[in-house]
Amino acid sequence: MAIDVIKPGLLTTIQDLGRPGYFHLGIPMGGAMDRLALRAANLLVGNPEDAAGLEAVFMGPELEFTTDATVAVTGADLPVLLDGEEQPGWSAIPVRAGQRLGFGYLRAGARAYVAVSGGIATPPHLGSRSTYAIGALGGVQGRAIAAGDRLPLGPGNAARPGLTVPEALRRLPASPCELRVLPGLYWHRITGDSQRAFFEDEWKVALEADRMGYRFRGGRPLEFVPRRQPFGAGSDPSNITDACYPYGSIQVPGGTEPIVLHRDAVSGGGYFMIGTVISADMDLIGQLQPHMPVRFRQVGMEEALAARRERAALMARIRAALA
Amino acid sequence: MAKEIRSPLPGTFYRRPAPDQPPFVEDGGSVAAGQVIGLVEVMKTFHEVKAEEAGSNLRFRVENEEPVMAGAVLAEMD
Repeated sequence: MAIDVIKPGLLTTIQDLGRPGYFHLGIPMGGAMDRLALRAANLLVGNPEDAAGLEAVFMGPELEFTTDATVAVTGADLPVLLDGEEQPGWSAIPVRAGQRLGFGYLRAGARAYVAVSGGIATPPHLGSRSTYAIGALGGVQGRAIAAGDRLPLGPGNAARPGLTVPEALRRLPASPCELRVLPGLYWHRITGDSQRAFFEDEWKVALEADRMGYRFRGGRPLEFVPRRQPFGAGSDPSNITDACYPYGSIQVPGGTEPIVLHRDAVSGGGYFMIGTVISADMDLIGQLQPHMPVRFRQVGMEEALAARRERAALMARIRAALA
Repeated sequence: MAKEIRSPLPGTFYRRPAPDQPPFVEDGGSVAAGQVIGLVEVMKTFHEVKAEEAGSNLRFRVENEEPVMAGAVLAEMD
């Protein structure tokens, strides 16, 4: 009842839906960066939606099964190979003990989710199996998987091979990708020209894009409204007196390169935040490759909440399709 | 048929281990199986790209510091 890691891939981590409740102590919720994709993968193999699976980024691992199981791979368009034979994505695939699951070259998206019937059963930490590598929590000894690891599986029996998520319910970012942003508390710190420029310019995903945050480059630098820096703030105009950082918040150190904080976010610090990417678009960020063009679009709270409801409705349609 | 060396990852391709050092392999050079021919940078890490088999007359298809997609042909050889 296990999977042997033959090749680990780049930074393949065990993720479930995370450990909310400790951000005030500096421990982020973590969990899958594309939550919908992990939920769908789990449903395909008969697991609870919050079971732990693997998150592979840009390249897949190679895994050998010690037991019969059902697997599903969702998220990025990463060709799935079972003993070298290509298998459909977003579908339940029966696997026999001794078979090897591998992957081809990434075609689109960034992160693939591998769910296995029974779920990965490494020990939970603070209520979650999610790997938070910076804090050495969860996963396999707090780290990404490595060659030679044996990943234990829980008992699984509800899988129905042949299930598939209809194509209309799968989502990957368009190019350019649009990310909707609600301006935040510090919006007034930049000039009107910069407020417009931020949303007009095309940005590109930088190479510094990981589970903690995604950096973007290519837009015009922001100009700040002059002020005398308040007590406790650093001397750069992009500095503020330390504050909490929400998930999705966009800090712009020095006014040049926006960074959107993601699931392994740092919980606070001294950079102003221009606004926050709405919750409905956070999964999309997890599927962005380096160099991809991105535009930010300003929305209000009503539109952000409507988008959240649409996202929940999409998940409900996936649940209905797999019921 | 020419043998191809592909990038396993999307990122930025480098032919040199550091800006002030010579390329891992010169154009037209030969490589042994497992030899590093370049680096792909992504997520603050540099991933070594190795030739899976030996070859000669290496011809790069991607410039130094050029963005690459996963599966992009970086070089061909005989």
